[in-house]
Amino acid sequence: MRRLMILAAFAAGVSLCANPPVLAQEKVRLTGSGASFPAPIYLAWFKDFSKKNAIVTVDYQSKGSGAGVQDFLNKTVDFAASDSAMNKEDIAKVAEGVQLLPMTAGEIVLAFNLPGNPKGLKLPRDVYSNIFLGKITRWNDPKIAAANPGMTLPDLPITVVVRADSSGTTAVFTKHLSAINEDFKKTLGEGNTVNWPASDKFIKSPKNDGVTATVRQTPGAIGYIEYGFAKLAKVDFALLQNKAGQYVVPSAESGAEALAAVKMPEDLVAWLPDPDGAKSYPITSYTWMIFRKKNADPAKAKAMREMIEYGLTDGQKIADSMGYIPLPAVVVEQVRKAAANIK
Amino acid sequence: MNKPFVVPVKLDSICQPPSSMVLLVDRAFRALARLGVIVILVLLAALVFEIGGKAIPGIQKYGLDFITGNVWDVNQHKFGILPAIWGTLYSALIALLIGGFFGISMAIFLTQDFLPPRLAAVFRTIVELLAAIPSVVYGLWGIYVVIPAIRPLTDWLHHSFGWIPFFGTTLSGPGLLPAALVLAIMILPTIAAVSQDALSAVPLKTKQAAHGMGTTHWEAILQVIVPAASTGIFGALVLGLGRALGETMALAMLIGNSNQISLSLFSPANTLAALLALNFPEAGPNEIEVLMYAALILMLITLSVNIAGSLIMAYAKRGNKK
Amino acid sequence: MSVAKFSGSSASSLSAAPSLQRKIEGRSLRSFLLTCLTWVSAIVASIPLFSVLYMLITRGGARLNLEVFTELPPAGFETGGGFGNALLGTFVMVGIAALIAIPVGIMAAIFLAELGPVSKLANVARFAAKTLTGLPSILAGVFAYAMVVLTTGTYSAPAGGFALAVLMLPIVVLTAEEAMKMVPKIMKDAAYGMGSTDTQVIWKVVLPTAMPAILTGVMLAVARAAGETAPLLFTALFSNYWIFEDGHLALMSPTASLAVLIYNFSGMPFDNQLELAWAASLVLVLIVLIVNIVSRIFGKPRF
Repeated sequence: MRRLMILAAFAAGVSLCANPPVLAQEKVRLTGSGASFPAPIYLAWFKDFSKKNAIVTVDYQSKGSGAGVQDFLNKTVDFAASDSAMNKEDIAKVAEGVQLLPMTAGEIVLAFNLPGNPKGLKLPRDVYSNIFLGKITRWNDPKIAAANPGMTLPDLPITVVVRADSSGTTAVFTKHLSAINEDFKKTLGEGNTVNWPASDKFIKSPKNDGVTATVRQTPGAIGYIEYGFAKLAKVDFALLQNKAGQYVVPSAESGAEALAAVKMPEDLVAWLPDPDGAKSYPITSYTWMIFRKKNADPAKAKAMREMIEYGLTDGQKIADSMGYIPLPAVVVEQVRKAAANIK
Repeated sequence: MNKPFVVPVKLDSICQPPSSMVLLVDRAFRALARLGVIVILVLLAALVFEIGGKAIPGIQKYGLDFITGNVWDVNQHKFGILPAIWGTLYSALIALLIGGFFGISMAIFLTQDFLPPRLAAVFRTIVELLAAIPSVVYGLWGIYVVIPAIRPLTDWLHHSFGWIPFFGTTLSGPGLLPAALVLAIMILPTIAAVSQDALSAVPLKTKQAAHGMGTTHWEAILQVIVPAASTGIFGALVLGLGRALGETMALAMLIGNSNQISLSLFSPANTLAALLALNFPEAGPNEIEVLMYAALILMLITLSVNIAGSLIMAYAKRGNKK
Repeated sequence: MSVAKFSGSSASSLSAAPSLQRKIEGRSLRSFLLTCLTWVSAIVASIPLFSVLYMLITRGGARLNLEVFTELPPAGFETGGGFGNALLGTFVMVGIAALIAIPVGIMAAIFLAELGPVSKLANVARFAAKTLTGLPSILAGVFAYAMVVLTTGTYSAPAGGFALAVLMLPIVVLTAEEAMKMVPKIMKDAAYGMGSTDTQVIWKVVLPTAMPAILTGVMLAVARAAGETAPLLFTALFSNYWIFEDGHLALMSPTASLAVLIYNFSGMPFDNQLELAWAASLVLVLIVLIVNIVSRIFGKPRF
């Protein structure tokens, strides 16, 4: 009964809104939702894009990749964004066909808080993976000292700060740790959330800002956050050892090296759990926008294609300054070609 | 002269029988009031239906192990919420004790002539405003103000009284105590505001009668005014408890979200509402079913805590009357 | 100073016989100690409350200017900007929620307090309302998403209002019920004695007398609803544009709100956005302050 009443009320509401005055050029309003990691750059793109293209407005709300995909399946949004692409079962549910497009990429850094704010802390592969397994528990562990000669490391317990919310960032990070540490793969595995060791020294905090704030407030803490966030929030982060054995600073260049090390397949979904290359930063990943191939409204489809084109051209130029990694030129071409599928 | 009694309508009397219009309005009004109650029931039923419907596969798969298990591992499809139930009850209990004590003290302070009435009204408005501060702000305040402020004290407590289970661990940062403290502050405005109304609704006559019998200021407060306002104060505590059980964002930022059961106030813990809010946005179908199961459990906890509270209240009242 | 005053007044008010002197001193001492305790606990409780408020005012006040009320939210690295659209969206959605929750809540409370306080229906409904107070806000969002967003196929302001109403309803019901129960029985009896119907008693005696306390509940509910993020995230989403479209209200489209703006901006590393998040939190509290003052003026007991 109540549901009926609501329905009736909304039917009235919809019919009122469904007859907009006919203008010379009808306005197009696009709505998207999903991943929070690329939200800052997407919002900057969309704002500038609507400025240049007055008849199109784009709304994007970050609420998590999973929620974005759900919205996409429920058709409450025109497009979604996801850090973990989209799985096959979900793709199969969409009768109109799904087009995944990588739009930008990012890195994950290890932020830490040590007394005296030492710069240039180096962490070998087995060390940082074992810290997150709860096996290395003190900062003056001989293995950390060996990698950082000349640095005075305090006799402090390591407080590990991880994401409390399930997130694509955790998925990318654990995918990398599983690739480099067999134990990690066996005991924790990879996923949006994993079962971190239950200990007083494992703290979970929501989102990038929660992890950052907790790391800042806890002496002896270490946590994983997105590079763009760490860079702008001016947090100290560690140099990580990559597959080639080199210690690499996270940056747009080292990220681009990592992206270049992997060839983008036809479906435009590529993972880089442990990239090759001496200069590659070890934890790098793409992030995707998700579109329907067949759209009921041709004006919307056209607007979406224009929006993608903007992201591939002007959009890539601001990526570096906002802490993202511009797509390699080859990938831009592939995405541009695939975008034509959105009709 | 046994004529039936007739209301002298024609006379210029202010007494009139209710007109049929008035009766109709009365009837409609009662029906509307009943409808209001029915809306609440329908709402709860629809919620349980909506949440329960999604939880059924989870209930069938995990059964009671879900409630007694203490591992939450999506990869291995192991879901247990005992630590979250423990953390929910533990944090809400501490918050209710602290927030309740200070909230009621505040209400007494503001209604029983401790301050000039105008000042009390200003103070009261300020306290009520605090109910409007978004959770995120409380969370940030907890991280940047509360945790650093209590860290020296907790370190001292741990080193001096570490053998007491409540102080058994060191405070890493987020943990049960900072979460419960912030929660207490969050529910304080609600408890204070509603209790104040209850206390100030006690008729002045009652208070004067007490004073007239020679009671001191406090004897009147504790033995006459507070008991007279007890149902209202109890209602305030119910609202505070509800908020404490259901609060998400501030707790998610402060409690550490760790799946362990510890008596220690300084250990990280977890709560059901935080678990729900943090996992829902990225949840796949098989996770949604267990999250909805957890939501049902949370609703059940809220209901049973309230029933227990009402029983205690009824028992106390009966005791008083004897 | 008041401490002395009260202990003094309570002692002097008792001009008792000398034989009672000892006993009175003990009672006065107890009264004095309790007064001290109340002062101490009021001060202790005020410290964190004012600390939160101080943090909010210093950090939010720094950015408060006219521009924030008229401009649209900025993107990363943009300077300036504001949250005019979010402010409007919050008004619209909290307004819708209040229009649903307040009448329904007060009607239900009338039934619970006056018409059938001991009926089975009332007992069940009371526990239903209490259970609803503990509903995590995200569930209200999930529920409204299923009920409204999926049936209408779009994120919208009414969906957001509906979700907030779910959260407001139990607060309104429970506080209004308590408020009406506190109305002295003699006042009602007097009205009934004059031959009033239930409606007249409730309308002319109970509601006006209980109004200040009912307003407390309404205020608490509005305050809670205005600051809630999770329900709106699932029902109204967010928008970087005004809710108007070609001169009319576009209710059936994603709608901005202060709470979601705060949620978004507090999680960003840009200073401009962080400042705006604080300013928005302060504005939210100021709105509630204004609503509070206005409602107190209009809701004054009339006798």
